[in-house]
Amino acid sequence: MSRLDPPPVSRRSFLSIAAIGSFFAAIGTAVAGILRLPNPAVLPGPVRRFKLGPPEQFLAGSETPFPDNNLVLFRDDDGFYAISTTCTHLGCTVARSAEGFACPCHGSRFDPQGNVVGGPAPRPLPWLEVSRAADGELIVHADIEIQEGTHYRV
Amino acid sequence: MAETATHEFVQNLKELPGTVKDACFRTGKLPESEREESQATFHNLFLHIHSVRVHLRSLNPTLTFGLGLIAAASFIITLITGVLLMVYYKPSTDLAYQSMKDIHFTVYTGRFIRNIHRWAAQVMVLVVLLHMARVFFTASYKKPREFNWLVGLGLLVITLALSFTGYLLPWDQLAYWAITIGSNIANSPRELTDAIGITQWFDPGGFQKQLLLGANYVGQDALIRFYVLHVFILPLVLVTLMGVHFWRIRKDGGLAKPEDSPGGLAEWGGERREVFQPLATKTYGLMALVKGKRPTVNRGPENTVMSWPHLFWAELAVFMLTVAITLVLAFYSDAPLKELANPAIPENPAKAPWYFLGLQELVSYSAFMGGLLIPVIVLVGLALIPFLDRRAGGEGVWFGEKGEKGVFWQSLVFAIAITVGMLAFTVNFGWLRSWFPKIHQLWIIAINPGSLLVVVFAAWSLWVLRRRNSVRLAAVSLFTCFLVGFTLLTYFATVHRGPNWHFYWWPSQWPLH
Repeated sequence: MSRLDPPPVSRRSFLSIAAIGSFFAAIGTAVAGILRLPNPAVLPGPVRRFKLGPPEQFLAGSETPFPDNNLVLFRDDDGFYAISTTCTHLGCTVARSAEGFACPCHGSRFDPQGNVVGGPAPRPLPWLEVSRAADGELIVHADIEIQEGTHYRV
Repeated sequence: MAETATHEFVQNLKELPGTVKDACFRTGKLPESEREESQATFHNLFLHIHSVRVHLRSLNPTLTFGLGLIAAASFIITLITGVLLMVYYKPSTDLAYQSMKDIHFTVYTGRFIRNIHRWAAQVMVLVVLLHMARVFFTASYKKPREFNWLVGLGLLVITLALSFTGYLLPWDQLAYWAITIGSNIANSPRELTDAIGITQWFDPGGFQKQLLLGANYVGQDALIRFYVLHVFILPLVLVTLMGVHFWRIRKDGGLAKPEDSPGGLAEWGGERREVFQPLATKTYGLMALVKGKRPTVNRGPENTVMSWPHLFWAELAVFMLTVAITLVLAFYSDAPLKELANPAIPENPAKAPWYFLGLQELVSYSAFMGGLLIPVIVLVGLALIPFLDRRAGGEGVWFGEKGEKGVFWQSLVFAIAITVGMLAFTVNFGWLRSWFPKIHQLWIIAINPGSLLVVVFAAWSLWVLRRRNSVRLAAVSLFTCFLVGFTLLTYFATVHRGPNWHFYWWPSQWPLH
């Protein structure tokens, strides 16, 4: 053995290193488990599909707010469309205003189509998917966003 | 004297009150000499974090105004009242609001206890901020106290987090919409990742929001998480950091103060006292105990007095003052409780408590920039101060460096002018989105009144750095700008923002609806 060879690791120091290594491995695994815990595999939450009623109930040119479902249902000559009233900024509920929609929390403003016309909102108000149930009633799926301008014809 | 065991037993029984007292209290009587006074301090678990002697300068009320002590005292008050409130509070979306009503209307002293809890928390937030300003303007963060400045910043963040999680618990309108907005601010990195189109691969915002809410909506899972944070995790972290904070004050050599000139006489409290001349031949074994350039002996112990009783009287007085202020406020002013949480519609305007209103104004420019990036920039900037300003001098003296007062006043006027100008411009002319509705969101994140304020303040500070050729003066200018910005934004959002976050000169002009 020449003097340039690294000194051999003694059994004692090898075991010490292994012991310390296993300590940190155990701590690391425990921390990983702790960090994993607050993220459940399934997130609780209500199904946000809302039955709004038979189409005949809504006249052409009408708009009907559904405050409990945070959306407004419109009907014009092209058909139905639903716009979410949850602000795309920080999630407050916007209210109908003279120019469209206005947010009470941070002053975002939208036109009647949901496009941003002022304030901090980064995106237009989402248009929501409209469909019909088997019994013919209108259904809005509030978790599915569709292209703006899409109308549902009855 | 031949004693029987019975005799001894009776004798011990007679002496029981005295022996129990002696066993509990190590000295057993109030100290009479300085030696006993020193023992009373360092033989007591609760007092031994104090040094035995305290510098007269540290006892001078106008050095600190007792702000750190008031913060600690108000925390103790919230701790005690908080535990009492836990007896009745139920962290359930169905029962929380009802239990608040119970505390108000059916529990003896319930309303008063809640008022005290709330007012002590408000006092704590205010005083923690003032304490930070005191430490800054007396240059008390300088070496070797850099670490304690960082611990203090941690305490500031935890204090604000405790306040935030606290007003979520009643599950009234304020609570519900604050959780909604708070979790969406946590979600706001999406504003950036959406703008550059990478959300589906990299979504820190969504992760943070889910971590806070534990669900897809604001409900029971969110309430119980914030409850656990408020009553257990955050207080635990706060108490730990407080312990470190106090301990470091002691280990860093007590409150920051200028060196006593060695030798000769010094005037203290109307008395002229002799100051030690250091002897080159003497060795000082105590050096290792407390960080500092020289052992305490060299600083002149003549300028110190016994902590027992002088310091403890002062601490007791500050504690009593805090209790008195809190009780008076709690007696005359009820803690608010809004209507039951209504997920359909927020209040208009939906305003946060005062200490977050400046933040709310910033968020009304851009959620990501105002809600996350600017606060992080401010915190990092504050944290860097003691590491960038490393030249000794001026510690423990208000505006101790030459020209500091001048820079303070200049920066004050400058920052007021800039902030007021920026707000007036924004109110009158709107911002990018009002002029170019189709503009890309990245522009709004990058260039908004909040980010411009940060840039202008930083530029001003760099200008002071070059012109005055002093890092300390540059830090003073930046810190002053920060204080002015915080204060003015808070004032502006409190008084001049009304329904739909429109500008009004006065709340009485708000439209009825």
